[in-house]
Amino acid sequence: MSNGVVNVATEEVVRLEDVWVRFDGVAILEGIDLSVYQNDFLGLIGPNGGGKTTLLKVVLGLIRPSQGKVTVLGSTPERGRRFVGYVPQYSLFDRDFPASVWDVVLMGRLGQVGRFRRYSEEDKKAALNVLEMVEMLDFKGRQIGRLSGGQQQRVFIARALVSEPKLLLLDEPTASVDAPMMEEFYELLNRLKQRMAIVLVTHDLSAVSIYVDTVGCLNRKLFYHHSKEISAEDLEAVYQCPIELIAHGVPHRVLSEHG
Amino acid sequence: MSTAKPTMEILQYGFMQRALMAGILISITCGVIGTYVVVRRMVFISGGISHSAFGGIGLGYLVGIDPVLGAMLFAIGAALGVGAISRRTRLPEDTAIGILWAVGMALGIIFIGLSPGFAPDLFGYLFGNILSVSFSDLIIMVALTALMLVVVSLLFKEFLSLSFDEEFAKVSGVPTGWLYLILIVLIALSVVVLIRAVGIILLIALLTIPAAISRQFVSSLKKMMLLSTLLSIVFVVSGLWLSYVLDIASGATIILFSGIMFLASLGLSRWRRRSVSSKG
Repeated sequence: MSNGVVNVATEEVVRLEDVWVRFDGVAILEGIDLSVYQNDFLGLIGPNGGGKTTLLKVVLGLIRPSQGKVTVLGSTPERGRRFVGYVPQYSLFDRDFPASVWDVVLMGRLGQVGRFRRYSEEDKKAALNVLEMVEMLDFKGRQIGRLSGGQQQRVFIARALVSEPKLLLLDEPTASVDAPMMEEFYELLNRLKQRMAIVLVTHDLSAVSIYVDTVGCLNRKLFYHHSKEISAEDLEAVYQCPIELIAHGVPHRVLSEHG
Repeated sequence: MSTAKPTMEILQYGFMQRALMAGILISITCGVIGTYVVVRRMVFISGGISHSAFGGIGLGYLVGIDPVLGAMLFAIGAALGVGAISRRTRLPEDTAIGILWAVGMALGIIFIGLSPGFAPDLFGYLFGNILSVSFSDLIIMVALTALMLVVVSLLFKEFLSLSFDEEFAKVSGVPTGWLYLILIVLIALSVVVLIRAVGIILLIALLTIPAAISRQFVSSLKKMMLLSTLLSIVFVVSGLWLSYVLDIASGATIILFSGIMFLASLGLSRWRRRSVSSKG
């Protein structure tokens, strides 16, 4: 990779090698190996408590693995996260918090601005751009708590995008988005995937079948073959229940028979 | 009100001028630091820091230094202590605060007991006496207020991010651990500014009430700081005047007046919301 003839199309943005996370001796993640490449759009599915959020936090350097190695953009997660955009699961911020949409989006630029400095024209331009992209420019001055759940989510996506990340991590981003907006949201991701790698943690299996390029299943262990196919055995192992129960909700394209 | 004394001529007294000056300084402190205390929910930690400062007051009496300096030492120590305990151990932060709160006060009692003679003005440190603010107190207050304003203006966007969403701030590359320590040290300094006026037991109310009222009516942190400062000035001056007219303790009057205004603000903001929603 470092010999100067890097194949741009396959640059590795995240690499996890035998990563284990244990809390009080209980394993949350077991021996995770994962590579995410520059153009990947990876959908992560799995049951609640299966470690999906933990995995994202390991990549962000918010949780240190008990064992194993994490590389983000060729560096440690702490250094690499400057180039990572993060949209947390519905944020539990205080709805009365005195901050406007504009304030919140600019927070995404803190990694770019030096300490003790004001936001530059460039920062502001970037903020205007992403607000326009998520169609929230008209709400720029609105207090963040006075928006609907879906609108807030768009602002948090803008906050993640404003740093022009090379990797975008989304944790159940559609939890508070209403159905008509959902399609719009996935179309936005579709446009973004040309510019960055995307990892989407979701329960929305139909979205997985339509929009993402590759699918991984996580329940402490990760089942991922850098493809869009999941075998029935994998699903059964992940959800630990008879496949009939869930295959019903899984569109055929995800299942392996389709080839 | 037949016992009311002429109010304008009290302004000629030096102690009254110093009290008003002190009132403005504590109002700036309450407006700026109180805003963070309220939006980041640090009321309990502020209470812990202010009460543990009593240990420093006692130490001041014991070794013969200005008790306010002793209080500053203890307040900063408690702030750093809580910060270190919550970062480095698995002890919940509120447990650490509760312990420091009582241990600080206990130390104060022991120190005062060990000091020769009696402790003059002890009541003032506990419940405040804005009329006894001296010129040297004012100098300390001016210096600390200026320092706080400089730090807050340099780190404004970082503190905003820390208060709104600490995890995201960390992910964006903000050194949240250090910022949090700086913020609680600022709270410790504000405790020192407030001690003379309302005392370590009552100051938590003045630190929170103006900010809590403002938050219901503003949409940005800066506006909240400004409005809290103005409200605090109104409360301190009104409380001071009331205490003079009624001849009752100044610190307690200021706090009681603020408390009543807080209740009134709840009613006002409810009415305002209702009239807004009925229009929409």
